[in-house]
Amino acid sequence: MKATPGQARRYQELVSAKTPRKPVARNAALAFLVGGAICALGQVAFNLFVSRGLDPVQAAAPTAGVVVLLGALLTGIGIYDELGRFGGMGAALPISGFANSIVSPAMEFKREGLVLGVGAKMFTVAGPVIVYGLVTAYAVAVARWLLLGG
Amino acid sequence: MLWPWKGRGGEGKARVDYVWAFVVGGGLCVVAQLLLDLTPDALTPAHVMVIFVSLGALLSGLGLYQPLVDLAHAGATVPLPGFGHALVQGILKEAGREGWLGLVTGGLKATALGLTAAILVGYVVALLFNPRG
Repeated sequence: MKATPGQARRYQELVSAKTPRKPVARNAALAFLVGGAICALGQVAFNLFVSRGLDPVQAAAPTAGVVVLLGALLTGIGIYDELGRFGGMGAALPISGFANSIVSPAMEFKREGLVLGVGAKMFTVAGPVIVYGLVTAYAVAVARWLLLGG
Repeated sequence: MLWPWKGRGGEGKARVDYVWAFVVGGGLCVVAQLLLDLTPDALTPAHVMVIFVSLGALLSGLGLYQPLVDLAHAGATVPLPGFGHALVQGILKEAGREGWLGLVTGGLKATALGLTAAILVGYVVALLFNPRG
């Protein structure tokens, strides 16, 4: 039996009414809190490096390193994925989320071997991030270099 | 020595540093979360991460990301757009210093610490720990 257009429309209305709405405001608030907290924690490391004599430009890299370290360790002991379920992009967007995206699938696919399991799955998300980051950065930087000379 | 909670300009300045780091870092994450929630489900967190790295590179090239870094420090460099910014600034800096060879090496050179840490620590942690459940 084929549904009439009216029935199909009513069915669609029913489906959209029953589909749980995404808690957009709640997700945004949690992303703000988790992402903000991670960055404030990063700022502790940043201020420490600056107080040890690095200038703010130099201090950015080791700060990222500290946040990567924390993200990887917290993923190892199973805390970061919980934080991700809770904070969404607030946990994914900081560089600790990049570390999480390396460690989490690498642990998960360990049984597929050290090469095609751990070695390959580490880059499931990190790979695209590095590839598109580098490609965009070169497009932008070369354009700027040619147009403005740096 | 200066303690981290005192920062560069004394205690008051440091408190302001943390507020800006929190607000700008959290704000970037809110934009990313809204992009994820208000678009079709085909756009996954991985897509949003890729978009934000590229966006950081683009804004950096236009000279719009550095002011955010000057204001918020870790709040702008710790989120992934900061990775795109570091790539672009590294390329431009090395290109200015060493010409076209610097243009090629500058990007990964500037981000070497973070990438090396992520791969090395990520590998060791993945070997040492097992997923829960």
